[in-house]
This record gives sequence, C-alpha cells and structure tokens, in this order.
Amino acid sequence: MKTEILHNFTSRSRAATADEAQRGKFRSAMDFLIAKRAAQFPDPTEWAELRESGQQIRQRALAYLPKLLVQFEQKAQQNGMTVHWAETPLEANQIIHGILQRQQVRTLIKGKSMVSEEIELNQYLQAHSIQALESDMGEFIVQMADEKPSHIIMPAIHKSKQEIAALFAAEIDDTPYTEDVDELIQIGRQALRQQFFNADAGLSGVNFAIAETGTLCLVENEGNGRLSTSCPRVHIAITGIEKMLENLADLPTLLTLLTRSATGQPITTYVNLISGPRRADEQDGPEEVHIVLLDNGRSQAYADVQLRQTLQCIRCGACMNHCPVYTRIGGHAYGTTYPGPIGSIISPHLLGLAETRDLPSASTLCGACGDVCPVKIPIPELLLRLRVENVTRAGTKDHPAVMRGQGAKYRLSEKLAWQAWSLLNTTPALYLASRRSAAGLRHLIPSVKAWTQARVMPKIAPQSLHELIKAHQEQKS
Amino acid sequence: MHSNSSISLFGTCVVDLFFPQAGMSALKILEREGIQVNYPQAQSCCGQPAYTSGYSDEARRVALAQIAAFPGEDPIVVLSGSCAGMMKHHYPTLFQGMPEEEIVRQFSKRIIEFTAYLLEVLNIELHDLGPAESVALHTSCTARREMGTLQNGRELLRRLDKIDLKTHDHESECCGFGGTFSVRHPDISAAMVQDKTAALRQCGASKVISADCGCLLNITGALQKQQAHPENKTAFAGLHIAELIWQRTGGKSQ
Repeated sequence: MKTEILHNFTSRSRAATADEAQRGKFRSAMDFLIAKRAAQFPDPTEWAELRESGQQIRQRALAYLPKLLVQFEQKAQQNGMTVHWAETPLEANQIIHGILQRQQVRTLIKGKSMVSEEIELNQYLQAHSIQALESDMGEFIVQMADEKPSHIIMPAIHKSKQEIAALFAAEIDDTPYTEDVDELIQIGRQALRQQFFNADAGLSGVNFAIAETGTLCLVENEGNGRLSTSCPRVHIAITGIEKMLENLADLPTLLTLLTRSATGQPITTYVNLISGPRRADEQDGPEEVHIVLLDNGRSQAYADVQLRQTLQCIRCGACMNHCPVYTRIGGHAYGTTYPGPIGSIISPHLLGLAETRDLPSASTLCGACGDVCPVKIPIPELLLRLRVENVTRAGTKDHPAVMRGQGAKYRLSEKLAWQAWSLLNTTPALYLASRRSAAGLRHLIPSVKAWTQARVMPKIAPQSLHELIKAHQEQKS
Repeated sequence: MHSNSSISLFGTCVVDLFFPQAGMSALKILEREGIQVNYPQAQSCCGQPAYTSGYSDEARRVALAQIAAFPGEDPIVVLSGSCAGMMKHHYPTLFQGMPEEEIVRQFSKRIIEFTAYLLEVLNIELHDLGPAESVALHTSCTARREMGTLQNGRELLRRLDKIDLKTHDHESECCGFGGTFSVRHPDISAAMVQDKTAALRQCGASKVISADCGCLLNITGALQKQQAHPENKTAFAGLHIAELIWQRTGGKSQ
C-alpha cells in the first residue's frame, strides 16, 4: 500500500495542482509564514552570524554523535529515565507497545511528534487495542479527519476554517457549527482538557536532546506538550538519534533559530526542559520517563560526509514554507512523513531511494530552501547528490554503495541518451549539423506534451548564433 | 576607453538555438563599447542539463569541451545567469579532487555574467532612444542566489530613461523552469509558470525582460500558449535584456 502511494508522486502532484482552492490555501498560508519569519530576521548580519553558529553547533554535535549518544544514555539513566534503542519503526513501535502493556495503559495522550508519524505509531497501537489521542490542535484536527499532517509544524494547514467547523460539528458531541476561529480553538481545548487526566500515559517528540545533562527539550505553544508529559503517570519521548546537542549552552542559539524560522516567534509560549521522572519531594510529573532513540536510516545518511549534513536539520519547516513546489502541491502529495525540500533529502534515507525516487527531482533547484535554512544545510546540493545516486547503480566502477535503493531510476536507455547528448555537445561538427533537428534535446524529453501542456514548443531560429556571428565577422573583415 | 579589451562570448545552447538575436544584440553592444569579441565556434552547452539530472560523467565531458574551446585568459562573458553559475560555481565542484581541477578552477575564474560585465567592468552608459514603455523584470534564481547579479537588471533598466519598471506579484519566485524539471514534473512546472505569467499580466507592463533565456523559454512559451485563447487579447512579449538594450539604444529591432 505504502509503496504504491509513494510511487505515485506524479498523479498526486497532478491532482494537487488541479485543486485551485487548495493551492490558494497553501499560497496564502506560506506567504503569511514567510512574512512572519522575515520580520524576525531584519538584520542580515545577525542572521548570517546566528545561522553560522547554528550550523557549527549542529556539525559539532554530529561529529561527536556516537560519543554523545552514549553520554546522553548515561546521563539520562542517572536522571532516572529509561533509554531504549530502536533501529526500525517496527522496533520502536514494539518498545512503546511493550511499555504501555506493562503499565496496562489503555489510552495514550500525545504531544506533537513527527517521529511518531514516521513510525505510524497510532495505527500500530490501534491494531493492538490502545487508543492514541493527539493533543496538538493541528494534529487533533488531522486525526479527527483521519488524515496525515501536511506540514511538519502546522499539520492541518491544508484545512480551511469551514472544513474544521464542519468536522468539529460532526465529530464532537453537542457542538454547533461555527467558523469563529477562537471559538473553534475553545471547542478543541474543551474536548481535550479531560483527556490529559484520563490518559494513563503521555507521548511526546523531542526538539533537542542534551548529552551533557541528559535533558530533553520540547518547544510548543499550546501547553499540550507540558500536560502530555506531566499529567499521566508514564511519559514516553521518541526522537531520531540525530537530535543530540553536546551542551546545554548550545541550546539558546538553536532555540531562537528554530522558533523564529518556524513560526516567526522570538520564542514559543512553552519551552520544556525535561530531566527525568517526578522526584520524591515533587508533587507533579510522571512516575516513569522513557526515551526511545530511533535510527531508521539515519545512520546510513550519517556514514557519508556529504549526506550527513541532512541530519543537521532542526525541523523548523522554513524550507517548505519557502519552496515554490511545496506551495503548489502541499504536503500530502509527497506521500512521506516529511514533505518539502527537507523531506526530499531525508525520506530517501528513511524509506530507500526505490520508494522515493521522484522526490530528488521534485525541485527546480531555485535555492530558496538553502537560503532560509537556519543551520545552512545545502539542500540543493544534496538534492543533486541524490539525483546522482538515483541514476547510478552501486558497485559500478568508482561508485560504492551508499544508500538503500541506489540506482532506482537507472535506465540503460536514458543513460545512452545522455551519452549521445554528451557526444553531440563535445563534437563541434556534430553539434552544428544536428541543431536543426534539435536531436540532442528531443530524445531527452519524455513526451512533447509534458512541455506543451502549458507552453508552445519553441521554434528553432532559422540561423543559429554560431552562424550569425560567423557571417557578422566575415562581413567585418 | 575599452578599445584594448577583448573578451570571449559564451552564447549558451538555448540562445544559440532559440534566441540568437539576444546573442547578436549582446555582441553588438559589446563591440559598440570598443570590446573585441571572440566567439569560439567549438562551444556548445555548459553541461547543466546532464549535471542536474545526475549524469556527472556526461556533464564533465561537456564541461571539458567548453574549457578546450576557450583557451587564453580573457574574460568569458556568459549570456545567462544559470549557465554562468554552472561554469563558475559547479565546474570546480564537479572536478574536485580530479587531475583537471586546477585547469577548471582557472577557467571558472574567467566566467562573468553578461549584465555583471556591462555594469562592473564597463559601467556602461545607455542613451535611451525608445518610446516610453512599461516592462517587468524576471531575475533568474541563479542570478539571484548564486551569481549575486540580482540588482543588475534593475540597474540597467534604470539607465534606460524611458523605461518604467513595474514590479509583479511574487517577483522573487522561481518561474518553474528548472531545466529538465519542466518535463519531469510537468504539472508542477505548469502551475508555477501559470502563476508567474498571471502575475506578469497583472502588473501593468507589456513585456518581461530577463537576463536568462532558460526562464524566457519557459515564460514566453507559456505567454504564447495563453495568447491563443481569446480572453488574452493583449500580446505580452519576453525579451533578453541585451535585445532590449540594443533596440532602445540605436540598434534596429529584429
């Protein structure tokens, strides 16, 4: 099922671009976020210095990642947390399910966690008769509509207030239809409030894990993250292994880069630093805190120095907000947990290139994503690298195996076409002779219709620049 | 004052095939400024289509052919920001750690984009002889982000007295060309160019100027397709900046 969905990027992007209403929604939402972010970085020098620091902090953390993970485990254990390691989504689901079973948990309340989406935790738990309830307002809406998030920061950005009004009126008891946004938020909050106290366990994501102190940092605006991690008697946090920071002192720089880039806020309403379960003299907090560290392809990206930069990501979403492709097709069309430019460079490691073969080319390489990345991930460069891996089989001369699904788009016919193109453009006589038929271009175009659906076919000029200049120079001399 | 200067011109394959008048305009502007222009007949394409499609070996072969076609040390003026970016910034990356790296670096240092040459080297004066006209400007993403030539088009148009530059909605956004992207993801590319052309049509200009013929191929292709529809009665043209400058400063229009 999943494979089929992922392979169908072309048909999903066709449907998405044909949906004028949705395109309008994404356009205005992204414009809003772009403006909010821009207002937070009015000084280009400060921005340049800050992101340089952010990049250095993330690169340093990744350089020491194996050591930091061990250090984090020790510190977290000293703080009373239990640390679990998961290589695959299935392992992560089994670990979480195991904890919930031991604690006889029937309902789980969730703060926002994209890694839990990545492992499809809700579906796994549902199949094992445990109810997982999303408490982030956007996730709550998406779950109620039986959909997936379309954006990593704003999961329900694809929904209009009218759609949410209709959804709430239909799904929440005694709820009148209202399009008043404040009222809708109050309705959602009321529906959720008691759930924090009813739930036996809470699950959250992690924005940063600090190795020095064994601390989990969690940012949010709604307070649901704090309630999910402090009300229930068990708290489970799940994160990718790349979220490590070396020191607590690294945190302020990344926090300000994250919140300003993501939502245009100087700081979020809540910044949670979680250092373990409730202590003997404390009144609040869970009795148990578990942390699940997930690999799921990240160590594959880590092994290659260039691709490792993918793991610098702090999940602010600015690259998708600024991406003209994401703006046209929205998050669902990508068919992956992480959409947009960052999704196109991380998903091939999580799912393999065979499953995500259309994503590296789903960019004009305009560079907007790289420009706004707060930790300076060279996203266009990494897209280019994945395009090479996509068409090059592993194990050929000079080309080692670097990733799952490598060579997924390799076709002998395409390779030969490019070789012919290269011959044409390295042999002047051939280039001059063949230009009239534009033979060099024609067999590289999958179908003429691909170009002409929106444009006329360009006419080849009667005389080329080569010929015109030659005539011009002869006339002069 | 520039009579001793000589440059080599890289026309780009798109100009060679589809917009040769842009190349001729550039040539004549440069010659009028007293520059001796060398146009190696052995030049073809910068190699970008293969490079962005993941075919690095093929791109390298084509790159080396261009390097061989441009011996000497004179500046190489390139008629497109995108191809200039390929030759200036991506060639050294492509040959990193290879025996040819140093030769490639020396070649890449000679690359200068056409509008940058007009402004930074020639500081060209333009005497606008044309009628008052409103135009829009499309800056290619490469010019904007990779070549730092974002303001050049604006500055050159400012030096044409009777040109009224109109800004269009989402001016800084990509037109949706992206080379082979336009045919690999035709629906997304079409959506982008439709938004771009709609914004252009609404800004009050009657033509769009660009220093990048890749973008122009896409934008003018869409504009012409739309003109076939009865509701788009007004023609909206697209022109390389060299052609506009040549036309308005004494040269004849094609």
